[in-house]
Amino acid sequence: MIVLDKVNKWYGDYHALSDISEQVAKNEVLVVCGPSGSGKSTLIRTLNRLEEIDGGRIAIDGRDIHAKGVDVNALRAGIGFVFQSFNLFPHLTALENCMLAPVQLKRATKAEAREQALALLERVGLAHKADAYPNALSGGQQQRVAIARALAMRPPIMLFDEPTSALDPEMVGEVLGVMRSLAGEGMTMVCVTHEMGFAREVADRIWFMAEGKILEQATPEAFFTNPQHPRAQQFLSDRRRD
Amino acid sequence: MQFFDPAILQSGQYHDWLVQGLVLSLQLTAVSFAFALPFGALLAVMRTSTFAPLRAVGATIVEAIRNVPLLAHLLFWYFAFPELLPEGAREVLYANNPEAVCAVIALGLYSGVHMAEDIRSGIRAVPPTQLEAARSLGLGRAASVRLVLLPQALRASVPPLLSQTVNLWKDTSVATVIGAAEMMYQAARVETATFRSVEAFTFATLAYLTVSLLIAGAAHLYQRRYPVRPA
Amino acid sequence: MLELIDTYWLYFLVGQYPDGPLGGLVLTILLSGAALVLAMPLGLLLGVARVSPYRALRWPTSVLVQLVRAVPLLLVLFWVYFFLPAVTGVKSGQASTMLIVLVLFDSVYLAEIVAAGIRALPKGQLESARSLGLSYAQALRLVVLPQTLKNGLPSIVSQLVSTIKATSLGYIIGLSEVSFIATQINTLVFTQAVQVYLILALTYFILCFGLSRLAFLLERRLQRRPAQVS
Repeated sequence: MIVLDKVNKWYGDYHALSDISEQVAKNEVLVVCGPSGSGKSTLIRTLNRLEEIDGGRIAIDGRDIHAKGVDVNALRAGIGFVFQSFNLFPHLTALENCMLAPVQLKRATKAEAREQALALLERVGLAHKADAYPNALSGGQQQRVAIARALAMRPPIMLFDEPTSALDPEMVGEVLGVMRSLAGEGMTMVCVTHEMGFAREVADRIWFMAEGKILEQATPEAFFTNPQHPRAQQFLSDRRRD
Repeated sequence: MQFFDPAILQSGQYHDWLVQGLVLSLQLTAVSFAFALPFGALLAVMRTSTFAPLRAVGATIVEAIRNVPLLAHLLFWYFAFPELLPEGAREVLYANNPEAVCAVIALGLYSGVHMAEDIRSGIRAVPPTQLEAARSLGLGRAASVRLVLLPQALRASVPPLLSQTVNLWKDTSVATVIGAAEMMYQAARVETATFRSVEAFTFATLAYLTVSLLIAGAAHLYQRRYPVRPA
Repeated sequence: MLELIDTYWLYFLVGQYPDGPLGGLVLTILLSGAALVLAMPLGLLLGVARVSPYRALRWPTSVLVQLVRAVPLLLVLFWVYFFLPAVTGVKSGQASTMLIVLVLFDSVYLAEIVAAGIRALPKGQLESARSLGLSYAQALRLVVLPQTLKNGLPSIVSQLVSTIKATSLGYIIGLSEVSFIATQINTLVFTQAVQVYLILALTYFILCFGLSRLAFLLERRLQRRPAQVS
């Protein structure tokens, strides 16, 4: 579904992404973890071209996303992205947040979009907050609305950039629950996260990144019980100490 | 008749008029500035004082002056103020270029209150924790203000103050309404005498642009050299 | 003083109307309001151009803004009043000349307000809008500008106050705005200059200070119920 081939990116002299060559299969749940500054966020943001790459190739569903003539907006409409800082539109209600893109991009009529948005909010447990504005919602609630908003476009792929890192601990569970149920339905997901419990239970595979490279990729059992790369071992032992 | 004849700008009677106008504009700016800055500083200190009545007086003065247009100030000082003076003082005023004097009073006050706001925002830009830190070291209030607050406040105030100076320079043009013979007045005078509006106003435009951009350039350089470094 | 007000209040308020063109305080207010409203679309366009990723849009707009801010409004007023008829053949009246110049200045200052507002908005807002598949134009129209305008409302009200003060310059080209009328009254009465000009000052004060307080209250309201969340 997603193919990365020798992807490289530099910020000036800093080599942010270094020869990334990996694949994500359809219906797979992939977790990307690693220490801060390892390039995890940068990597996931290249997938919907929020960041541009300096070398290599990225293909989604067989098509090169950087090819001439590719409509960036159409590409992004087919990928759901959930941000660490939620980024809900504060001047719109939860319902309107979810309706905006489908209506504007002519994927649905207003009535259809509304119905769909309500269904999605129901699914993330927030149908009763449909007419609330973001500033009346807790962090966990806002993030769940953000997930519903991303799902409103019916994307085949969902990307999560540290979705729970900005939340108070007691709200992390409600968001992970939504993500877990999405995974259970077969959604293709790439998640950058520090939540190792989630990774262990839900991920099909784990990529461990440091200094712009994918140093190890394995199934969760293999990764957590027997990490190969010394950096991965260091990372996991640091985590265990928390 | 030629469209643009720079000859009149380069020499002759009309050239002299325009240059005199420019000189007076510059003088008005300089003298008004000399009054405005201390006046503004005083108001800023009043407005940030811990003594409430002082703050109230400062605020009243600022709001009273700021919410009336400069033109109305000029009209007041030129037409109304002399009526309030005793006979002798009025004679002295009328004998000594009253247009320029009244212009300076009006400009000084108007510009002064804007500068007061700029200085006040500079003072407010310094986090209160700075003063707290200074006091915790044992410095008295006066010393803390002098050594920690004011240097930071002034550095933050300079760019808006320079911007206000540009405004003052532009505002001298309004003094034409009471007959001060500054640049706009002279440009209009040349226009009436020669019907050459383009040349006269081009001169004025170039003059205003040059000085404005020079001051703005100075502000830019200052900000580069002394950037505001947040705590 | 009361006698003065009693005799001349209508003249002060509307000038020669209906026996002549509208003047006085009403003209001042109408001109200012009209100028700000007319300047909004242009100010929005210029403001967006100011922060555009395309240099071809950003630079000329920046130059225009710097130029307009470097010259006195009065000078531009003279240019338009004396020069425009020669160029276009259309002799515009004082009011229309004033309006044109006010719209020009207001759009430049509004552009700065809009540009500052766009820059102040968290980057994530534009990013999340683009991530949904909205184009830059759609993201601007539906997400960025609504928030910018709402947050910029106090500054826009302040700009209205500046415009009201700027209309006084129409005096110099003979526009019958309120300062001009006050001077006419002073010429008629002759012996009460102080009262006449105090009333003029008070009128401006009530109008401008009132609006400034409104801007201040709007600012406070925006801070208590922040438009920004994340």
